[in-house]
Amino acid sequence: MATAELSLQQEFQDYTLRSPFRASWQKVMMWVFIVVDALTFGSLLVSYGFTRVSIGTWANPAHVFALHIGGKEIPLLLIAIMTFILVSSSGTMALAVANAYERNKKRTVLFLTLTMLLGLTFVGCQVYEWTHLITHGTRPWWNPYGPPQFGAYFFTLTGFHGMHVLSGVLYLAIVARMVANGTLDRRGSYQLVEIAGLYWHFVDLIWVFIFTMFYLF
Amino acid sequence: MAEGTHVPIRKYLVVWLWLFILSALAYFIDVVHVPAPWKAILLVVVALMKAGMIMAVFMHLGYERLSLIYAVVAPLVFLLVMTIAFLPEGTAILGSHSIVAP
Repeated sequence: MATAELSLQQEFQDYTLRSPFRASWQKVMMWVFIVVDALTFGSLLVSYGFTRVSIGTWANPAHVFALHIGGKEIPLLLIAIMTFILVSSSGTMALAVANAYERNKKRTVLFLTLTMLLGLTFVGCQVYEWTHLITHGTRPWWNPYGPPQFGAYFFTLTGFHGMHVLSGVLYLAIVARMVANGTLDRRGSYQLVEIAGLYWHFVDLIWVFIFTMFYLF
Repeated sequence: MAEGTHVPIRKYLVVWLWLFILSALAYFIDVVHVPAPWKAILLVVVALMKAGMIMAVFMHLGYERLSLIYAVVAPLVFLLVMTIAFLPEGTAILGSHSIVAP
């Protein structure tokens, strides 16, 4: 078994050296996925921008996503908190990758767990946001704030992104388990953590554009 | 062996800090009501700066071979061009949506 795993690792190394990208096929495939996924989100955002410009009016997101604290309306507070959480999770993910390369299993699992918790908190905020809007009558075909398309794009964009965060949490849970039970030690490579990190940072990257284009404009 | 790309932790922390600063900046650009064309320009610039930092450092793209960088960044540049190119076209059918806002 040990020799079989070692030869597998050798195979990966040989592949990396022969690859025109000087990267393992796992990493290249993750990048291919990321570019394709970016195009999917890109098409959603292009369609959103086009629709919004062609309608001429839109809901005021600063008002729709405001939180009321002590009778005062603070614009976009929940979204600011969510951005803060997601940026924090990107930081803890980066630290997980750094610790993985130092073969520090305990700290890798710790930072992966922190990242997952922050991801779940983000999704929790989103559940709150959706509940709030739905109870106030927002549907994909109607909403009390602006043109009906506002609801449609809200649910599509944030729903698609939220699903990515949720899948990311699942992905990280699997990776954390593989770190903890020694699978990556036997494989002789911790690159899986870095590749999972690519996905997680990409989800943060998408949020940067949804935050800017949907919430701030 | 080329197991992966080793980025110093200090660099991660610096980028992390910048992401917080730029996110806060984007929020304030919205809150203080910057006049129309400047708001859009500033927000796009801040978003692109954040995206660049995440990709270059967090996603290690700055440490990869140039061929991989081109393969990833080139399609995204065209995506950005498309996003902007379609906006003026939207004004061409302005008001032709039959659904009236509440």
